Amino acid sequence: MKTPDSSLSLLAKTVAASVALALGAGCAAVTQVGTSIGQATGIVSAEQSESINRSAQAIEKTFQDITPEQEYYIGRSVAATVLNTYKPFDQQQANNYLNLLGQTIAQFSNKPETFGGYHMLLMDSDEINAFAAPGGLVMISRGMVRCCKTEDELVAVLAHEVSHVDHQHGLKAIRRGRLTSALTTLGATAGQTLGGAELAEVTKAFEGTIGDITSTMMNNGYSRTTEYEADKGAVTIMKKLGYNPAALIAMLEQMQTKLQPGGHDFAKTHPAPELRIAELKKLLGTPPAPPVLEARQKRFEKAMSGI
Amino acid sequence: MKRPDKRWLTVGWIAIAAAALAAGPAAMSVQVKNGQVRATPSFLGQLIAPVSYGDRLPVLEQQGDWSKVTLSGGQTGWIHNSALSKKKIVMKAGGETADAGVSGEEVAHAGKGFNAQVEADFKSKNQNIDFSWVDKMEQIKVTPEAIQQFLKEGGIQPNEGGKP
Repeated sequence: MKTPDSSLSLLAKTVAASVALALGAGCAAVTQVGTSIGQATGIVSAEQSESINRSAQAIEKTFQDITPEQEYYIGRSVAATVLNTYKPFDQQQANNYLNLLGQTIAQFSNKPETFGGYHMLLMDSDEINAFAAPGGLVMISRGMVRCCKTEDELVAVLAHEVSHVDHQHGLKAIRRGRLTSALTTLGATAGQTLGGAELAEVTKAFEGTIGDITSTMMNNGYSRTTEYEADKGAVTIMKKLGYNPAALIAMLEQMQTKLQPGGHDFAKTHPAPELRIAELKKLLGTPPAPPVLEARQKRFEKAMSGI
Repeated sequence: MKRPDKRWLTVGWIAIAAAALAAGPAAMSVQVKNGQVRATPSFLGQLIAPVSYGDRLPVLEQQGDWSKVTLSGGQTGWIHNSALSKKKIVMKAGGETADAGVSGEEVAHAGKGFNAQVEADFKSKNQNIDFSWVDKMEQIKVTPEAIQQFLKEGGIQPNEGGKP
C-alpha cells in the first residue's frame, strides 16, 4: 500500500511534470492531457487540474498579448543593445541599397506591415553576423556582406532575417512568465502614465525581456529548427519576389569557407552552413548556381564597393 | 418524419439577412503607426491615403491578403491584412472606451505595458546604450516608386503579391 507521503510526492511530481510540459511546449492541449492523466490516476483533483490548466492558458495568452506596438518598443531596445556592441557602418549609399532590398523583401513576407516598418543597417564589423530585432530592425555586418558575391545572395541573407521577424523568433526567446505582470496587471489602461512603483516593475520586465532576446541572438543562438524555419521562410519569400532561392545555398557555401572555428559570430550562434545547405537541398534539390545578371551585379558592386 | 415548414425557414433566412444588414460591414483597426491605403491590392499600387494607428475601417471585401476598406471621406482602397486587427484599439484613457460587455480579447489598449515611457525609463537606467542610430534607421524609408524602378531595372518579376 502507498504511504500518504509517497502519494504526495507522486502528486507533486505529476503536477511539476504537467507544468513543465505546459511551459516547455506552450501548449494547452499538452497540459490538459497531463492533467487528465493526473485526474484519471486520482492523484490530481479536478480542482487542482483546472488550476494548472488555467495558469498554462494565462502564459500562452501573455505571449499573444504582445501588441505590434509593444513588439516595436521591444525591437527598438534590442537593436540599440546590439548597436552598443556593433557600431553602425555609416555609409549612406550602402545603407540605402540595403534598405531598398530589405524593404522590398519584407513586402513579400507573411507580415509585410509591422508597427514601425522594416529598416536595415550595416554594422562595421568583420565578424559574420546578422540580427533581426522584433518588429523589423535588421542589422548585418560587413563580414556577412562579404559572404555575398551577388545581389541575389544578399537578398537571401536579408530574406532569412526578415523571416525571423515574420515568425517572431525574437519574441519567442522571452523567458516564460517574464511578461505576466507587465502585460496583465500594469499599465492596463490606454494613455495612462505609470506611477513610480508600477513603472519600475514594468521597466524591470522590459529589461529582462531585452536581455532574454539579445543573449539568445548574440550569444546562445536560436535552435537549429528555428534557423531552418527562417531558411525555409527565406526560400518562400525569394520565390514570391522572383529571386532564385539557390542563391541562399551559394551564399552559405561561401560562408562555410570564411567562418573561423571558435568565432563569436555565426560560427557560434548558427548551425554549420553545411547542415543548413543539407536542409535546403531537401526543399530545392541540388539546383545550379543562379546566373549572374549584369544589371543587378552592377548596382550591387556599386553600392557595396566600400565593404 | 415531419419536415420543417418551408415558410418558417424563409422567415428565418429573412431575419438572418436583416441582422447582417443592420450590423453593416465588419470594421477593422489599423494596428501600425503609419498605414497606407492603396488603389489596388498590391504594395506597388498607387497610394490613396495614409491611415493612423487605431483608425477603424469598415471592410467591404477581401482579396487574398488584402482588404478593401472605406476611408472616412468615403473613398475606398486596399490595405494589407497585416496592418489590421480585429480588436478595437482604445487610444486614450477616458476617451473612446470599451463598449460594455466587450471583453479584453476584443479590445487592445494603445500604449499599454511596454511604451515610450518605459523606453525612456530603460534609457535613463542604461545610459551607455545609444538610441540615435535606431532613430536614424527608422527614418530610412523606400517609396513604392523606388521599389517599382528597382524591380524593373533588375529584371525582377514578382510571382505573388507584387503585381499592380
